[in-house]
Amino acid sequence: MSEESKKQTTSVDELYEEVSEWHINTGGIKIVAKRLAGRFRTLKWLGMSIWSVLFLGPYLRWNDSQAILFDLPNRQFNIFDITIYPQDIWMLSLTLLFFAILLAAVTSIAGRVFCGYFCFQTVWTDIFTWLEGKLEGNTPQKAMKFNNAAWTVNKVSRKAFKHTLWLSIGLLTGISFVAWFTDAFNLWNNLFSLQVSVTAAVIIAAFTFGTYTFAGFMREQVCFWLCPYARLQGVMYDQDTILPSYDAERGEPRGRIKKGQDNSAKGSCVDCNVCVAVCPTGIDIRKGQQDGCITCGMCIDACDSIMDKVKQPRGLIRYASYKELHHNAKAIPLYKRFRVIIYALILLGAMSGIIYGFMNLSPTEFKVVHERQPLFVRLSDGSVQNKYTIKLLNKTKETLEIRFDIKGLDGATLHGLKLMTVEPGKVVPVTALVRVSEDKLKEGVTSLIFTGEVLSDSNITLKYKSMFMAPK
Amino acid sequence: MADKKSNPAQVEDTGHVWDGIRELNNPCPRWWLNSLWLSGIMVIVYFILYPSLPLVNDSTKGLLGWTQIKEYKEDLAKVEAIRAPSETRLAAMSVEEILADAEMLNYAIGSSKVLYGDNCAACHGTGGAPAEGAGYPNLTDDDWLFGGSLNDIQMSIANGRAGTMMAHKDLLTEAEVDQLVKFVVDSANGTANEAGLALFNAKGCFACHGADAKGIKAMGSANLTDKIWRFSGDEEQIRHTILHGVNDASDPKTRIAVMPQWSEKLAIMLQVRADAIADDEDPNDIDWSDELEGDEAERLTETDIKKLTVYVHQFGGGQ
Repeated sequence: MSEESKKQTTSVDELYEEVSEWHINTGGIKIVAKRLAGRFRTLKWLGMSIWSVLFLGPYLRWNDSQAILFDLPNRQFNIFDITIYPQDIWMLSLTLLFFAILLAAVTSIAGRVFCGYFCFQTVWTDIFTWLEGKLEGNTPQKAMKFNNAAWTVNKVSRKAFKHTLWLSIGLLTGISFVAWFTDAFNLWNNLFSLQVSVTAAVIIAAFTFGTYTFAGFMREQVCFWLCPYARLQGVMYDQDTILPSYDAERGEPRGRIKKGQDNSAKGSCVDCNVCVAVCPTGIDIRKGQQDGCITCGMCIDACDSIMDKVKQPRGLIRYASYKELHHNAKAIPLYKRFRVIIYALILLGAMSGIIYGFMNLSPTEFKVVHERQPLFVRLSDGSVQNKYTIKLLNKTKETLEIRFDIKGLDGATLHGLKLMTVEPGKVVPVTALVRVSEDKLKEGVTSLIFTGEVLSDSNITLKYKSMFMAPK
Repeated sequence: MADKKSNPAQVEDTGHVWDGIRELNNPCPRWWLNSLWLSGIMVIVYFILYPSLPLVNDSTKGLLGWTQIKEYKEDLAKVEAIRAPSETRLAAMSVEEILADAEMLNYAIGSSKVLYGDNCAACHGTGGAPAEGAGYPNLTDDDWLFGGSLNDIQMSIANGRAGTMMAHKDLLTEAEVDQLVKFVVDSANGTANEAGLALFNAKGCFACHGADAKGIKAMGSANLTDKIWRFSGDEEQIRHTILHGVNDASDPKTRIAVMPQWSEKLAIMLQVRADAIADDEDPNDIDWSDELEGDEAERLTETDIKKLTVYVHQFGGGQ
């Protein structure tokens, strides 16, 4: 080996040495986070409470039917008085766009707010660990003691109760999810009479099992290794994003305070490790920003409580931007941040689109399809006939009677169908024939407008621009 | 799970060194090895459950007894079960009743598309309009040799059609042929003269094409006064038809125009029923065992022909 490669070997080994100190928990260590009250804990409860909508929403009634029902078999979404058909599905795309950009916007302003306060993985894990803590001890020491103890009746019954609770929550989650897609009360009836459909049963089973596994056993491992958003959101940060951060300048050199000694050389951090103990993903925020941090702020609550005890100002761990911590720069206002402005514009666009969509939901969908084969037919008197298929979707709740007509083409007459009835939610294709006499005939393609007059409702106007084809 | 010995000092190596980087001899991750074993087990399970090993004449059947054709037939049976109520209703309805019932009409048209494509489109074209110059009747216009009513169409499909026209190459002089060609072209344009009509009558054309040259439905003769041509409106082609006729076995140059029979049974039934109605008898009293031998050819079922009748009628030319 030459001198140079030897040198390289050493440096690579040093690199390994450094990396080997970086502890990565791949599920080998079960994290039992301590629970402390505080501002961010309250905020987390608030965020979590939004999920009660998932459980209660399906039971809301409106005009004798479920207020919000995503009726997939009948291909319609019922939201209070509004019925949305597949033709209006572009609004769903805008809604998805809105929430995707909202995630980006919030993340660029205040970090992984979604992960920390609202994500179902965080929320369900929090509930599951809270129950576990109540039954098996809420500190790592108590939990270890409980788990290492002999299998007494008390221990077995506590374990059994925990798993029953977990599975029940999982089951309830599955049932609540399915209840958005089928009548909720019917679903419960079917469940108790064991007549629930295979699809519903499979979905409920998957949710039960998924919730039990993900929130009961996988926990923070999902955030570390499974969740794409956890990794995606990291790249949405910039130097102005405020994140729960450890103020190293103030905290270091850390060290335990010893009574009767001069502690003035030490930084504010008293190395109590409470910030690590409360972390639901088991990271040490003092090592800086890292992928495991879901920015839930539990460490802020923890550190603040300690700072209060040691009579130091709060905020050793606080929401702060990179610029604030490292350059002592003041936060720049939101409206001056290019990224935030772009996000806001997209949000505005998507929201306007959705509002426009809801304001202009058409009561019908009217389409006229020109026959492709043959394009035109020469009749015995020399006139030319075109065939069309009229498709009318009735999105109202009443049966519509429609009288069709044509205009915009000189000498054209409509044959066959003139009156048609369409039941609510139905689309009926019917055939229409248009003839133009030989003397009025123009070569090639001319435009033609189909109109429909709804006999019961003059507010609905039906119009479709089609064409008439003649030989060249 | 993941390797806990990322420090090379604690791990043995394979002895390979490239550019100062040693190849460590870490074991494969356990989860990866497990999935390898699992996929191996899955292959064995698959071999036991499904047809897999090819033998000389056959293959192993597998415990599940699954085959592709069986799955196909099962799925087909599901489709047929869904269609069954409509098919049963359709079988009991007459073509007129189908046309009047919007729902059944929709079903008949929807389910005829494949039927038409398989049996009719080769000659008559996908949408009822054959390729230009192909010499097959257009089903979308309002000119029908054998009638455009539902019953006429149904009879045409059931019994087939073959109109005949005698070859005139030995019966007419060249001048007479010229004059008749001119008469036919003029008739379509509404400018025929008396001399032409006189020759038309003198040569017996009226016997088939009618005294007004508008054709006779019962014979399937062409209407010479409209703007639709059974073969072609080109003068040379008209001359060819007059000289060599249609379906005239004595002339090798004759035009062949045969619509095949699709159900001899239905054709007989329709004829017997029509005769009974004409004789003021109740068609329900017909004793079919007297009328049918039981060995009549059926290339399409009665229901299929009903569907096709409605389908063709709805092309836009039905009367």
